[in-house]
Amino acid sequence: MFAPRLPRIGTYAAWRDAARGLALAGVAPSAVDWGLTGETRSMFDAPLPAGEGQLLVPKAFLDLTHSLIPERSGRGMALAYALLHRLQGDPSLLGNRADADVARAHEIAKSIRRDIHKMHAFVRFREIAVEGDRRAFSAWFEPDHRIEEETAGFFADRFGDMDWQIVTPEVVIAHVAGQLSLEAVPSVRPDGDDALEELWTTYYSNIFNPARLKPAAMRAEMPRKYWRNLPETRAIPSLIAGARGRVSAMQAAGPSLPAPQSLRRKVPTMPEHPLPDAAPPGDLATLRHLATDCTRCPLYGPATQVVFGEGPADARLVIVGEQPGDREDIEGRPFVGPAGQLFDRIAAEARLDRSTAYVTNAVKHFKFVQRGKRRIHQRPNTSEVSACRWWLDREVTTVDPDLVVAMGATAMGALTGKATGLLKRRGGIETMTDGRPVLITVHPSYLLRLPDPQLRERETELFRDDLVRVRSFLEDPASLRP
Amino acid sequence: MARMTIRDKLALLSDAAKYDASCASSGTSKRTSRDGSGLGSTTGSGICHAYAPDGRCISLLKILMTNYCVFDCAYCVNRVSSNVPRARFTVEEVVWLTTEFYRRNYIEGLFLSSGIIRSSDYTMEEMVRIAETLRAQGFRGYIHLKTIPDASPELIERAGLAADRLSINVELPTDASVRAFAPEKNPGQIRSAMARVRTTGEDYAETSWKGRRRGKFAPAGQSTQMIVGADAADDATILGNAHRLYGAYNLKRVYYSAFSPIPDASAVLPLVDPPLMREHRLYQADWLLRFYDFSLDEIVTRDAGGMLDLDVDPKLAWALTNRDRFPVDVNAAPRDMLLRVPGFGAKIADRILAARRSGRLGLDDIRRMGGRVKQALPFIVTRDHSPKGSLDSADLRTRFVKPKQMELF
Repeated sequence: MFAPRLPRIGTYAAWRDAARGLALAGVAPSAVDWGLTGETRSMFDAPLPAGEGQLLVPKAFLDLTHSLIPERSGRGMALAYALLHRLQGDPSLLGNRADADVARAHEIAKSIRRDIHKMHAFVRFREIAVEGDRRAFSAWFEPDHRIEEETAGFFADRFGDMDWQIVTPEVVIAHVAGQLSLEAVPSVRPDGDDALEELWTTYYSNIFNPARLKPAAMRAEMPRKYWRNLPETRAIPSLIAGARGRVSAMQAAGPSLPAPQSLRRKVPTMPEHPLPDAAPPGDLATLRHLATDCTRCPLYGPATQVVFGEGPADARLVIVGEQPGDREDIEGRPFVGPAGQLFDRIAAEARLDRSTAYVTNAVKHFKFVQRGKRRIHQRPNTSEVSACRWWLDREVTTVDPDLVVAMGATAMGALTGKATGLLKRRGGIETMTDGRPVLITVHPSYLLRLPDPQLRERETELFRDDLVRVRSFLEDPASLRP
Repeated sequence: MARMTIRDKLALLSDAAKYDASCASSGTSKRTSRDGSGLGSTTGSGICHAYAPDGRCISLLKILMTNYCVFDCAYCVNRVSSNVPRARFTVEEVVWLTTEFYRRNYIEGLFLSSGIIRSSDYTMEEMVRIAETLRAQGFRGYIHLKTIPDASPELIERAGLAADRLSINVELPTDASVRAFAPEKNPGQIRSAMARVRTTGEDYAETSWKGRRRGKFAPAGQSTQMIVGADAADDATILGNAHRLYGAYNLKRVYYSAFSPIPDASAVLPLVDPPLMREHRLYQADWLLRFYDFSLDEIVTRDAGGMLDLDVDPKLAWALTNRDRFPVDVNAAPRDMLLRVPGFGAKIADRILAARRSGRLGLDDIRRMGGRVKQALPFIVTRDHSPKGSLDSADLRTRFVKPKQMELF
């Protein structure tokens, strides 16, 4: 029979040393009687084996034992050793939560973790008057288990700039001038108070909503055994007793007359967003402003905002895409997402300066379906496109460009009235209903979606050629007139 | 009137703040003050320092900077037309209360909200000043700032650099309700503000070419809240809206707050008892959507009235109407099907998968792992159990519904 007796401070390290020796010597769990220094020994205890060699355990075991050793009755230490012993023959033991020992260990560990958590939460410091720069505080706490060593680090991390002590019936944790120390000293509950406790109780009483009275839910998380060390709990009986009456009184009182000063006030109007930098003069700014409240089709509902076109009001080129994507919807600007970035890159290769063009979309709200956490783009239908043409037509008329570029079938349909045959028509210059020339090309997102790298390269080249044509047209319109 | 003491102000301005459901203090970056140069720490998981008799956790000092407000939102106790007494904290008072409460381990930090005074930018800047002063004095606890939708981008950026979490409330489930009950608020503007918080956060998360970050912008993310039961929106509308908000703005949480009676009520909203069970079911459904791979149509549909079942939880309700998907063989089913069993959470599903390698599981094994066997029984097959006919029995649903108390006649 072995009877290791462990110190009250440094229990975990001592348990680990003893357990390592015993396990290496192959001692059966039933032959070990675990206890703390000072507890009675059995009559037949032998000197602990030193144990030689290495002992390997999974990391999960170390985490688990930290939550077993503090268990007050000593069963936690015994169970931790039993698991260590069994792990030598069955290294994957801990994965089996159906095993009775493993299940029991997790049950104990859960109650220890809860005890630790409640200590983090329910310690209440009171200030003590001292000389010197650092303020000093003291707290009394009664944990269920021997968790002082497991919790000390938390308080040292948190209250770094003050001196403090937490006194439990068995241990004093002290933090003085930045030094943390633990000592096993028996203590009794002190009397005392703190001037802030009245303010804290005021807060506690007023944050309570009497219309939601649920005292059982409160007691489940803050059991009565903690109450005598929590100053705010003195308010609980009167809060519970008065709750129903307060709610009935509110309901009986019913609506009140508006406060007199509110009737005199000027109804404030919310200041509008500042317009994006240097909004061009003329009608475009007004259009953009009007569009923010557009409800011409149902797409405004789920979207974040209208994404209106942007660019110089006197641009010679208007580029029209399909609709804003996730990124555009969030930022409120067109062509800033992946397709917009690809467009910028190819346009630069074609020596077409995007900043001189007015860029916009055929549809100004993002249409999508939600899949998990992602918003998946949906193609706008005909009625949405035609509802939004109202804006597109006004943008084009106001900017009055020499050339419009339709990227993709949606823009092509909106500008020419016919949305079919994109790949046959791409590269050609057609006319809008008002006689304005429109160059047809694909949408850059089409390039992004092509899976075959060779095909993508070929299509990218064709797209670049289209943009080169745009540039030549702007340099010499006669060269490409249809 | 006599000058208000700090206690009077605290009573008034915490009473006015209690209708905001959020009290989370989790999910932020880890900080300590072990070096002795400051006060406070965050561990990543939140701590509830007390519980009020409403069963709700008290983690943060949740107060308004002021309850003066120029808006007239019908559901709000602080609306301009309400006759409640008014107060305003100074920057120094809030900083003092926060740090003194914190030193005594009463709280994890501050949740600061406010009525709108003078202008949105003025109000937001005063709130940001409080957070910045706390940080300048070495406070490393948790700060949650309510963001005012039309405050300027510079102020929102400063707010996010000082705070752990930002939140902007969408207030009500539909744009139409917001227009009806909060006439000065603009739903589109609220969404744009949430979008700006998301993009600013993403910009800060990007590393420079040297691998450095510019700073931490709202490391605990953003959240929002909508009031349930004040307007006529059904659960399908509410969850649909929440689902979109999660996707579009990368929200950490959408809080549902049962509309509860306020003193000095407005004539347009009747004071009934708050629909607490409905609120609870919405949270359960929200969880299924986010962590259990349920789609919205599976949980609630317009055809079925658009409301969640109040008698049974949404997962059980789904199982009862989709009995052809059961029974699930605990010893063979894939994870996604284990997640659909009433009484099994995500942890239980993972434990079952791990334990299956050591042998075939019976009911006792599942009980030891923490599964709620009583709930799961009709829906599972184990080594020692098969539901047989019970899955098809007509009264299966009634087994799970607590009988309503009979009246004496």
